[in-house]
Amino acid sequence: MAGGSSINVLEQFELHPILGSLGEALRLSQSPIYMVVAVCLVLAFLYLGMKPAAVVPGRLQAAAEVCYEFIHTMAVDTIGAEGAAFFPFVFTLFFFILAGNYIGLLPFSFTFTSHIAVTFALALMVFVLSVVVSLKSQGLRFFAHFMPDGASPFLAPLLIPIEILSFLSRPVSLSIRLFANMVAGHVMFDIFASFVIMLASFGVVGDVFAIGPIAINVALMALELLVGVLQAYVFAILTCIYLREAVAH
Amino acid sequence: MMTKTVRAGLLMSACGVSLLAATAPGAYASGMPQLDFANPLVTGQVMWGAVIFLVFYLVLSRAMLPRVSRVLEDRAHRISGDLEIARAAKHDADRAVAELQQARKDAMAEAQANLQKALDEERQAAEKQMQDISSRLDKEIADAEERIAAEKARALGALREIALDTTQALVQRLTGLAPDAQLVAQKVEGASARRAV
Repeated sequence: MAGGSSINVLEQFELHPILGSLGEALRLSQSPIYMVVAVCLVLAFLYLGMKPAAVVPGRLQAAAEVCYEFIHTMAVDTIGAEGAAFFPFVFTLFFFILAGNYIGLLPFSFTFTSHIAVTFALALMVFVLSVVVSLKSQGLRFFAHFMPDGASPFLAPLLIPIEILSFLSRPVSLSIRLFANMVAGHVMFDIFASFVIMLASFGVVGDVFAIGPIAINVALMALELLVGVLQAYVFAILTCIYLREAVAH
Repeated sequence: MMTKTVRAGLLMSACGVSLLAATAPGAYASGMPQLDFANPLVTGQVMWGAVIFLVFYLVLSRAMLPRVSRVLEDRAHRISGDLEIARAAKHDADRAVAELQQARKDAMAEAQANLQKALDEERQAAEKQMQDISSRLDKEIADAEERIAAEKARALGALREIALDTTQALVQRLTGLAPDAQLVAQKVEGASARRAV
């Protein structure tokens, strides 16, 4: 958060080495620590939820099962019969992003999905996986997809570069969508929180007017809860769509 | 196809614009910490993230998700098993009801047959008894008629003798002479024949 009247909304995205020189040597910042926390929370949720393994589930078990079935349905419905094989990957991806987005909403915490390096690495992983699966299931016919069916051969010099660009832009759009959404949300939080502090320096009148930015931040929190799950869903469903194209015909 | 190319174009320009905006000097005087790729901590996230993601994936796919799917399968199995048992029970119950109905129908048919048989036997017995009685009555009537005829014949015979005796006595009293028996008999015979006795 910004201090005084100067607003530095980007300060919150800075990385700091953990444990001093050891962290510096290991390139270990707070970001991987929050990744570990996110992963542990998801695993603890599933572990504690499924611990009773009851036929008639309790609340936590029902929640864990809903998570499982939601992703499973999404993977199998979108990818098709082969979707079951990719389900653990889609599940990992969705909950890694969702937990990252939600942990970042806690005060004083850090959002690792607000770093383009992280989101691009995730998107690149999805892209490489879909290309590998495509080549494995379709062989060299995979390259035929860059020339749309039924298009005039005269348009080929125009269409093929466009299709290749469209294909290559997938990891870029996938990563920037998530990164930009997370950065925008947190910058807005920071800006409105800074307004509160600035207004507080104007005495009683400022205190009264500071209610406005606080109310906006409360509303923003609701919006960010929506955006957090929506972006995780978009990332996962696009992964499923790319994988469907990879396993199809 | 059009929408795809349009989308691709839009995406490309959007990416370009956002990258430009992010790196443009002046937009953020100090620059975005996320784009400071010279900072080893920024690229270090990718390395650590890859390890953490891999561990997360392995724990989920090897341990956690199979646990959930086992519970779900177990439940589906149990529900289908219970449904199977219920279906079998219903089948048995239906068969028992059908058997019961069949048995009832059979018993009813048997009772009807027994009743019919008893009625027939009773009717036959009654008929036979009636025949016996009527034949006995017929015989008695015939005997009686025979007896009446005999009595009548005897009475008629006696009547002739009485007529003969009376005629002889009358003639003797009137004339004082004993009539010729032959002639009297002839006259009485003639008179009675005339009266068709």
